[in-house]
Amino acid sequence: MKILELKNVTKRFGGLTAVNDVTFDLEEGEILGLIGPNGAGKTTLFNCINGVYKPTEGKVIFKGQDITGLPTYKSAHIGLSRTHQIVRPLNELTVLENAMVGACYGRENMNLGDARKTAREMLEFVGMAEKAEALAGTLNVAQKKRLEMARALSARPYLLLLDEVLAGLNTAEVTHMLDTIRKIREQGVTIIMIEHIMHAVMSLSDRLIVLNYGSLIAEGTPEEVSQNPEVIEAYLGDPDLAARLLEEEKA
Amino acid sequence: MKRLFKPGLLIPVVLIIILAIWPLLSGNSASSREAMFTLIMSMALASSLNIILGYTGYVSFGHIVFFGIGGYAGFWAITELGWHILPAALLGGLVAAIIAWLLGLAVLRLRGAYFALATIGILEAMKALVINLDFLGGPVGLEMHFSEYKRYGGPMQSLWMVYWSMVALAILVVLVSYFVKTSKFGLGLMAIREDEDAAEVMGVITPRAKTWAYVLSAVFPGIIGVLFFFKNGNIEPGDAFRLHFSIEWIVMIMLGGAGTVLGPVLGGGLYQWLRKTLLTSPFFKDYQLVVAGVLLLLIVLFVPTGIIGWLRARSHKLRRIFE
Ligand SMILES: Nc1ncnc2c1ncn2[C@@H]1O[C@H](COP(=O)(O)OP(=O)(O)O)[C@@H](O)[C@H]1O
Ligand SMILES: [Mg+2]
Repeated sequence: MKILELKNVTKRFGGLTAVNDVTFDLEEGEILGLIGPNGAGKTTLFNCINGVYKPTEGKVIFKGQDITGLPTYKSAHIGLSRTHQIVRPLNELTVLENAMVGACYGRENMNLGDARKTAREMLEFVGMAEKAEALAGTLNVAQKKRLEMARALSARPYLLLLDEVLAGLNTAEVTHMLDTIRKIREQGVTIIMIEHIMHAVMSLSDRLIVLNYGSLIAEGTPEEVSQNPEVIEAYLGDPDLAARLLEEEKA
Repeated sequence: MKRLFKPGLLIPVVLIIILAIWPLLSGNSASSREAMFTLIMSMALASSLNIILGYTGYVSFGHIVFFGIGGYAGFWAITELGWHILPAALLGGLVAAIIAWLLGLAVLRLRGAYFALATIGILEAMKALVINLDFLGGPVGLEMHFSEYKRYGGPMQSLWMVYWSMVALAILVVLVSYFVKTSKFGLGLMAIREDEDAAEVMGVITPRAKTWAYVLSAVFPGIIGVLFFFKNGNIEPGDAFRLHFSIEWIVMIMLGGAGTVLGPVLGGGLYQWLRKTLLTSPFFKDYQLVVAGVLLLLIVLFVPTGIIGWLRARSHKLRRIFE
């Protein structure tokens, strides 16, 4: 079943077209990788999906319901959660309270007691349990990324939008995060992930879409996409790079 | 019930009660009653403002507008309609709440300094409006006839009645402040304070939450305004809408600790105590606003989280004691 459909979504900022006529579908349970060079419009596309921006043109359909331009809090209520590329911790609240906000105001609209329980579970899940009582502002970047994740998961979403959760993490942290994402999928959550770390996104995604200058230039399995000449040309720039990445993946 | 016996709530309530009965124990009860009235009133006003300023992060600079509006509404009901003080006080709170709700729809879209400036604009506009309303006495305001106090058994009894009403109200404000802070609603407000857009992405219905916080922070100043001006015997625009009182409330909150339950109570008490001490000193008498300004500067520079915020940051144990 389709969980998300984008139909000709365009977002312009004045003269700049950040997202240009993007159309794609997403199946329930899928992990979709969203890649593209910096400034390609990936984050803007997320913002159009969860309502931070209203698309200039086009439609966003979530579980059969038109949610184009719905306020972000309504997206959260119907099961759409996200993390932010530039982390946004609630600094003066504890890590636990951060996650509780997600649980309290997310899809299940929990009371404080249930929210506390769920938040603890999710902190445990992302490996942040021992930091529960720390103020979110005191965390390092890797921990803040995990907190973003725990917060989004506490809302018990159907669809999770991950915006560069691996950026800035060291190798061990990346491995840990990849594990976490796999486990989230096993729980039946559908995921779109924006990622720059190629081997990661290639190994996790069922399908990839590629944005360049706001337009969707390729779509398919990781193999298909990495062999697509247009992608190699426009995005990877270096034709050998794609081949090397695939090698790396097989190794 | 268990929530009622948390130190975070008990400490401020007990503090208010001890101060409240002080006049009964001390020799000169009338003058210490007046001093305590000012102290406890400040605690209640600062705690009310703290809901929008400390919990939600919206600096309502001209918050005294609700004290003035409520005061006028109640005072008018007493003098013109012959109402008893208690329903009149409730009317004051109701009118303040309604005005806050209406204003909130317009100004709560603004953020940061724009919101703060808008609240000053509202205050000045309201003052100008009241000065031009004849039925509220225009620039001279309204006066209450001395005989009004007969109804309550004489002036002495009236003053004590107002005093105990103020005490009860202050305790109520602290209860509300505590239950807001420890509720789901309060968690949403604090999320807004920390990052409004992120809060909204997590599902907090920010326009609604902010409006309720604003209304809640306005209703008690509205009621208190009625008590205050009833005790005063008259109300005029200059007293009802004095910006620098609003600023003093902010100093009180910052001194004790914005966003905490105990902070505004402690800050309100300390500030008024300090002010009284300074007033009696011939040197400082003329400089009390300067002192308030310098105090605010020092707090912002050195202890931006206020006394309670500072203590809470020391250890987990203190965090559990001071809410
Ligand atoms: N709020 C905004 N106002 C104006 N331009 C924006 C805004 N947000 C993004 N852009 C522009 O849109 C383009 C796409 O940005 P973004 O979606 O952040 O790219 P990506 O996430 O793929 O790196 C960039 O050129 C960026 O400068
Ligand atoms: Mg981005």
